[in-house]
Amino acid sequence: MLLDSTLLYTVLILCAVGVIAAALLYVVAQRFRVEEDERIDVVAAKLPGANCGGCGSAGCRNFAEKLVASEDLAGLFCPVGGAATMKDVADYLGRAPVEKAPQTAVVRCGGSCAKRPHTNLYDGAASCAMSAMLYGGQTGCIFGCLGGGDCAAACNFDALSMNALTGLPEVDQTRCTACGACAKACPKLLIELRNKGFRDRRVYVSCRNKDKGGVARKSCAAACIGCGKCVKACAFEAIALADNLAYIDSNKCRLCRKCVAECPTGAIVETGFPALKQTKDG
Amino acid sequence: MAKKFRKGGVHPPENKSTRNLPCETFPLPEVAVIPLSQHIGAPSVACVEVGQTVVVGQLIGRSGGFVSAGVHSSVSGRVTAVGDVTDIRGMRTPAVMIEVEGDTWLDTVDRSEEIVHECDLAPEEIVARVAEAGVVGMGGATFPTHVKLSPPPNTKADTLIINGAECEPYITCDHRLMVERSREIVVGATIASRALGVERTVIAVEANKPDAIEALRLAAAGRVEVAELRTRYPQGGEKQLIEAVTGRRVPSGGLPIAVGAVVQNVGTAVAVYEAVQKRKPLIERRLTVTGSGVARGGNFAVRIGTPFEKLIDHCGGLRDDQIKIISGGPMMGYATGNMQSPVTKGTTGILALSGSEARRRPETSCIKCAKCVSVCPMGLEPYLLIKLVRLGRAADAEPRAILDCIECGSCAYTCPASLPLLDFIRTGKRTVAQLKRERDAK
Repeated sequence: MLLDSTLLYTVLILCAVGVIAAALLYVVAQRFRVEEDERIDVVAAKLPGANCGGCGSAGCRNFAEKLVASEDLAGLFCPVGGAATMKDVADYLGRAPVEKAPQTAVVRCGGSCAKRPHTNLYDGAASCAMSAMLYGGQTGCIFGCLGGGDCAAACNFDALSMNALTGLPEVDQTRCTACGACAKACPKLLIELRNKGFRDRRVYVSCRNKDKGGVARKSCAAACIGCGKCVKACAFEAIALADNLAYIDSNKCRLCRKCVAECPTGAIVETGFPALKQTKDG
Repeated sequence: MAKKFRKGGVHPPENKSTRNLPCETFPLPEVAVIPLSQHIGAPSVACVEVGQTVVVGQLIGRSGGFVSAGVHSSVSGRVTAVGDVTDIRGMRTPAVMIEVEGDTWLDTVDRSEEIVHECDLAPEEIVARVAEAGVVGMGGATFPTHVKLSPPPNTKADTLIINGAECEPYITCDHRLMVERSREIVVGATIASRALGVERTVIAVEANKPDAIEALRLAAAGRVEVAELRTRYPQGGEKQLIEAVTGRRVPSGGLPIAVGAVVQNVGTAVAVYEAVQKRKPLIERRLTVTGSGVARGGNFAVRIGTPFEKLIDHCGGLRDDQIKIISGGPMMGYATGNMQSPVTKGTTGILALSGSEARRRPETSCIKCAKCVSVCPMGLEPYLLIKLVRLGRAADAEPRAILDCIECGSCAYTCPASLPLLDFIRTGKRTVAQLKRERDAK
């Protein structure tokens, strides 16, 4: 009997505690409820959930809050989800979708080990931020890649890796979401987010050396020497020359590739084009 | 018992092999490359043109503001270029290039050897002459001296400390200066103390330079104090020196003037003497060339703008091609890959290290021995700071006083795991300073 009553009391007390706690929780939940637009949850679910910060917000939920609060979605774009996600979100919120060409990260330095001879040896901690603070780098070019791999470490999507042969980072554009984390990590500002381009075809100046031609050439065989040949060759005024450095505006470039052929140092790079057909002369 | 700062410090092998070599006057270079930014503060502005003929002591760069200093030609000859050159960091810096022709001096400079003891100029006149001569801190930090000699209005200095600690291993140029030019140092010290209106002037020297202490005591003849300090790195650090000499501690984030002290290097004292008594601008400095990478070392009085290569060649050249060239001492100096770097107002030495001395040991795991904590003269916790910085939490290092770090490198020197402590603390300092600026801007 004793055993039975103990069991009974225990069950009853636990039930009573449960009921009281439930009532208390209900009251508290009602009393201190946070009023939140339920659309935020829906929008957040539509976002990729990578929390990369590429949109400039602190994570996807924060971005969702901004999207719901925004009148016209101006200046709000998820680089990871791209146009498809943004259209989905805009349709749900009943607003005009934001159009933005898909982008990818592009490394603007062609100074591989072979083209840019070392002038000294760095044996400090392997970090670009650190060596950039200390000095100009292991080569004569103070604008080029330091090879410390800060960009690869910053990438959340495994899209960047250091190529041991060239000493330069390489972007795997199938993985790149253009979140811009690498661009922020590079102390030399070598990584640019460029339009992906028609069929992933791009033409860009793979150099940021602002030295005068002779100095630039001496330190790196692949440097832009600011000769201006590309500017003259371009029929669409897409190339501008400033501080001994050419820059191709990807919005104006029509991918004719005349500049690529003109560049004496090979600083202008083309990607994504099919291999040229062999002519009869070879 | 000789005095010392209270906390931490290390005693690396001194390696001062050049301590007994008298200072030689280094021959003039063929071309002098004179950078326009040789000091902390605004760079000076070139005031000569290509093709112009200049003489020794002529102003070639006008001071670019209050915290700035003028730059004078260290040679006579023709200006061949005014433009960017590569500095010791490999970065571009504006400079004036002069092709040397003869050695003609400005008429106003008194070049006699005779020592002028008396100085009855008003403090403002002394400061003006020092500013005119482009004198900056010669200990390596290159802070404009005229700024230090004119403390802010609501502060008052009561002690002037002349820094003859020279705690950096290898470097001996200040040691030789104290032995050879002790009388000039004493006169320079009295002039600086007159400008500041201080009650007490102390020349502080580490105990490992007994001959310098003796020479200074003889020259001072009771006019200024000469204090003997225990040999301990970083005794020559401004804050450490003030603590050792006066017992006062500069508050965190504060300047030495907060405790009524001003510190000037012995080289600066001589430069002040020359500027005020001889009207000679700062156009040459003493430095030490030493290390296992060069055939022989020496102390030299070198004209500003002489390339490192000339000095190294003079000392028998480099032993092999894997040599680390350091501008300054091994603890706080700056490794450089540019042999063409010119000697500037802040070059205390050229150190050439070879073999294993030149290389870092591979990093291993922190064993939490806390050696870095016990040697830090500022009472910081380097192991914790590096951890925070590595985790990207530099902001959390701010309340742990990361900005108080004087970058002496004692922590990295003592670390048995060879952690790059100072490297990360430096990056962390930069991040924190940036955060602070952004906060202040708001």
